[in-house]
Amino acid sequence: MGRQQILEDINKDALKTDLPTLSIGDTINVHARIVEGEKERIQVFQGVLMCRRGRGINETITVRRIVDDIGVERTWPLHSPIIAKFEVVRRGDSRRAKLYFLRDRVGKSRRLRDRRRKMHHIAGEGTTQGRK
Amino acid sequence: MSFVIAGKKIGMTRVFSETNQSIPVTVIELFDNVVTQLRSAEKDGYTAVQVGYDEVKPRRSTMSMIAHDHKAGTTPKRHHSEFRIADTSEYTVGDSLGVDKLDGVHFVDVIGTSKGKGFQGGMKRHGFKGQQATHGVERKHRSPGSIAGHGSNAGKSGRPKKGKKMSGHMGDERVTMRSLDVIRVVADKNMVLVKGPVPGANGSVVLMRPAVRLYRSKAAKAAG
Repeated sequence: MGRQQILEDINKDALKTDLPTLSIGDTINVHARIVEGEKERIQVFQGVLMCRRGRGINETITVRRIVDDIGVERTWPLHSPIIAKFEVVRRGDSRRAKLYFLRDRVGKSRRLRDRRRKMHHIAGEGTTQGRK
Repeated sequence: MSFVIAGKKIGMTRVFSETNQSIPVTVIELFDNVVTQLRSAEKDGYTAVQVGYDEVKPRRSTMSMIAHDHKAGTTPKRHHSEFRIADTSEYTVGDSLGVDKLDGVHFVDVIGTSKGKGFQGGMKRHGFKGQQATHGVERKHRSPGSIAGHGSNAGKSGRPKKGKKMSGHMGDERVTMRSLDVIRVVADKNMVLVKGPVPGANGSVVLMRPAVRLYRSKAAKAAG
């Protein structure tokens, strides 16, 4: 077995298999576990999926939302057990893989069009691994 | 000192702990470490265990080495090394040392050969600060500065002191990483996951032994 295969073999069990299809531009809910003292609760962070980077267990996602007129971006490892669940709220249309231009946008232009084109690539919500 | 076993650095990845933290780990695949010879005080003047590891095609080895390994009842091995141990009675020639030796070991020292960096200046090699970027400094922003003065103790009799840190060849040397946490032992694959980086390129040979000495914080962790 090659070195890369050995590493993938070790990571295999830690990878999430129940991920919904998350495409760039989608508005998503991220259910993150937060530990306060002894108790654990879930905090939901809703925003636009701006960026996916990395491969395999190192893949991370960046989600951007606006809180009190201040842009907030959070980045998580996609396969981190801290995240209990992802939910897709709205499909957004995006022609690029990284939506860094959203940082410069103000007001209405912040919003992305709903995606109607290319929807046929997604065969049933939550089953495929991502838009090709 | 206790035993030393050899392995191959596979590469780095991450694992998630029970507390959901991401831990950077290096994967080390242990070789089949076969005891090929025992050194005794009577015959050799010291006691040690010699192990051979890393399979090699017979035509890549020499007849004398093949015979040496054959005497221990094993296939030809690429590398042989010894570790000193006062009492060799628990080892016999032909024994195979694997991950089971690491039962109950929480911290290990990992020894490897660091990646060669070539000829490097003082800033990269020794962490010198260099000169200022501005205030009249010209064409010597990364120079090491003065190396001696004719009257100073730093270099008596007008010449630099022996061992003065200067630019030169960096890397490609034996480096010991002490007290690395053992995150996981994969027994059926003869693999060990240790926390953090390990010297050398992926695929290179590293040596592993139970930690010789623990830092204070780790000693408390080992006890508790």
